[in-house]
Amino acid sequence: MDEFVNLKETELRLGLPGTDNVCEGKESIISCCNNNNKRALSSDNEKEIESSSRKTETSPPRKAQIVGWPPVRSYRKNNIQTKKNESEHEGQGIYVKVSMDGAPYLRKIDLSCYKGYSELLKALELMFKFSVGEYFERDGYKGSEFVPTYEDKDGDWMLIGDVPWEMFICTCKRLRIMKGSEAKGLGCGV
Amino acid sequence: MNYFPDEVIEHVFDFVVSHKDRNSISLVCKSWYKIERCSRKEVFIGNCYAINPERLIGRFPCLKSLTLKGKPHFADFNLVPHEWGGFVLPWIEALARSRVGLEELRLKRMVVTDESLELLSRSFANFKSLVLVSCEGFTTDGLASIAANCRQLRELDLQENEIDDHRGQWLNCFPDSCTTLTSLNFACLKGETNVAALERLVARSPNLKSLKLNRAVPLDALARLMSCAPQLVDLGVGSYENEPDPESFAKLMTAIEKCISLRSLSGFLEVAPLCLPAFYPICQNLISLNLSYAAEIQGNHLIKLIQLCKRLQRLWILDSIGDKGLVVVADTCKELQELRVFPSDVHGEEDNNAAVTEVGLVAISAGCPKLHSILYFCKQMTNAALIAVAKNCPNFIRFRLCILEPHKPDHITSQSLDEGFGAIVQACKGLRRLSVSGLLTDQVFLYIGMYAEQLEMLSIAFAGDTDKGMLYVLNGCKKMRKLEIRDSPFGNAALLADVGRYETMRSLWMSSCEVTLGGCKRLAQNSPRLNVEIINENENNRMEQNEEDEREKVDKLYLYRTVVGTRKDAPPYVRIL
Repeated sequence: MDEFVNLKETELRLGLPGTDNVCEGKESIISCCNNNNKRALSSDNEKEIESSSRKTETSPPRKAQIVGWPPVRSYRKNNIQTKKNESEHEGQGIYVKVSMDGAPYLRKIDLSCYKGYSELLKALELMFKFSVGEYFERDGYKGSEFVPTYEDKDGDWMLIGDVPWEMFICTCKRLRIMKGSEAKGLGCGV
Repeated sequence: MNYFPDEVIEHVFDFVVSHKDRNSISLVCKSWYKIERCSRKEVFIGNCYAINPERLIGRFPCLKSLTLKGKPHFADFNLVPHEWGGFVLPWIEALARSRVGLEELRLKRMVVTDESLELLSRSFANFKSLVLVSCEGFTTDGLASIAANCRQLRELDLQENEIDDHRGQWLNCFPDSCTTLTSLNFACLKGETNVAALERLVARSPNLKSLKLNRAVPLDALARLMSCAPQLVDLGVGSYENEPDPESFAKLMTAIEKCISLRSLSGFLEVAPLCLPAFYPICQNLISLNLSYAAEIQGNHLIKLIQLCKRLQRLWILDSIGDKGLVVVADTCKELQELRVFPSDVHGEEDNNAAVTEVGLVAISAGCPKLHSILYFCKQMTNAALIAVAKNCPNFIRFRLCILEPHKPDHITSQSLDEGFGAIVQACKGLRRLSVSGLLTDQVFLYIGMYAEQLEMLSIAFAGDTDKGMLYVLNGCKKMRKLEIRDSPFGNAALLADVGRYETMRSLWMSSCEVTLGGCKRLAQNSPRLNVEIINENENNRMEQNEEDEREKVDKLYLYRTVVGTRKDAPPYVRIL
């Protein structure tokens, strides 16, 4: 039955190549008791019961990890971990072009530098010296003749702010700050 | 006292506030029981499955404040599956049905749904205070109901909950007429915040004393918020990053200087270290400082800040402060009562991390005479250090030491740490809570059983040799209420030695130990007032009733006393014997 041994190599699964951190829910902690009272550490990777705050897995853990050890609240672990993930991604960046109606040339920004829409908009406001007004879920941006938009993967021009941030940075191809009459179609009010 | 009319006795009872004392009064005689139960306003339930809502309301019809705890402590470390239990909805439903005048609800490790929050918000006209700690199951929609419907709301305190952030406008849901807020903590929300709505809310809340922001509130908003709330006593700074321009920084400094009532500072979820100096002017007033999420601040910046905090009583920090930083704390913070040092490297990935060692711990114990509570994560420890700590600080009430590597011995002598912990329990006669770690034999438990007379909660991991260890503890620590053990070789003999003991405790947790299914069954057999839960998530091990092997080891055992029998809401992988 040797032909089945390497099926794992061809297995379709999520996760970075070379990592083993998949489907660990069924693995049980391997523990054995010997005279030294030392217990073998489980080779189980950290269980991800709360997956909502994790976006991507980084490098596999270098040491064997024990479930629930060290005894740090998962909330705390997730918040510190996010820090590390981000710092490890430092070199990569998500650069997109930004155009502003009426401006002579375009700029480029790195979306991965921002944690959310308010930071992004603040940066754009500083970069182009304008103001976007206030965002309302139903009506879009009110209080300014400028409207921030982006082109998504399908080539459509969308209003910035409607979808969750994580989804936005994955689908955004370029930004455009629309001005005046062209912007009216997206529901801005002055 | 029998000759006084009931009203007089009731008036006297009003001065008795602690739950323990009120419980004692109610045992004196029938008439005191009756008076006490009708006058009790605050009820504390340490295990929501020990009692049910109907009996609670039956006994305390006039209750105004309820505290409920759900999952066992080890749930914090992912050892308890998510659907295990701890649902608050039945409690809220029962309270609503009985028209209890609920004003305050405090929940810890419970499952809270938007439905529960909506029902809560609509059922109690005088509801004032909601405190949720380490709860889960709800979204910002639930918060919107609370904001919109609780007209008397004073306190909304969300600590370390897992909340699904729908990026909705929950802050907008506070009506314009809401001006009674005294405390607002939404630091754990991960999504965007409507800063404009927040500013308007803060501006119309003159009694706001405690405000804790989340990541999404940027620096300039912080300045504006502090400007319109100079009366703040407790501030949680959200996102503090991005080097601000000089003008914004100046505005921030002006705002901070006006906050002369500020005593407690936390947050700094993201920090631009160069902004920290803005807080220097108020450091001398601080009694509580929580920098345990500020992963980006390096040791030297921390030290500069702490050097100014001479009145500090409570400090939560990351081990990036280093032994050097702890020496500074010891020299500066002479009023320090509680210290928590958390690991910045949670996954043990960095090998050369200059974190904290026994040196820092000894320095603190020597420099801070008022220290009574400590939580300390470190990579190494020695018996000599622990003995010194015990000598310096005999006043510990809570002593939790976590050496990151299991079974690690004294790094100088390579011996077990039995003597070190033994010294702690012998010197600290008032010790109520203890967590042990490192290489430990049965001997340490002999010491604990012998000396830790006031011990109420003990956490054991990767320790001990034989059943004797657990027996020493159970026989010795008469005041034990919560015992939690993982990955230690204690088995049926220890578990079954004194079954009646467990009714004097709140709960016992044992995971990855040596107890077997047969042992648990025998335990459950003659204990109608104990719920013995076997948690087994591994599908493969779930065998048919007649196939099961009583010699099979139990993965997780959780037992607790109860007066209401087996609970009905357990998921399939929890078996209650």
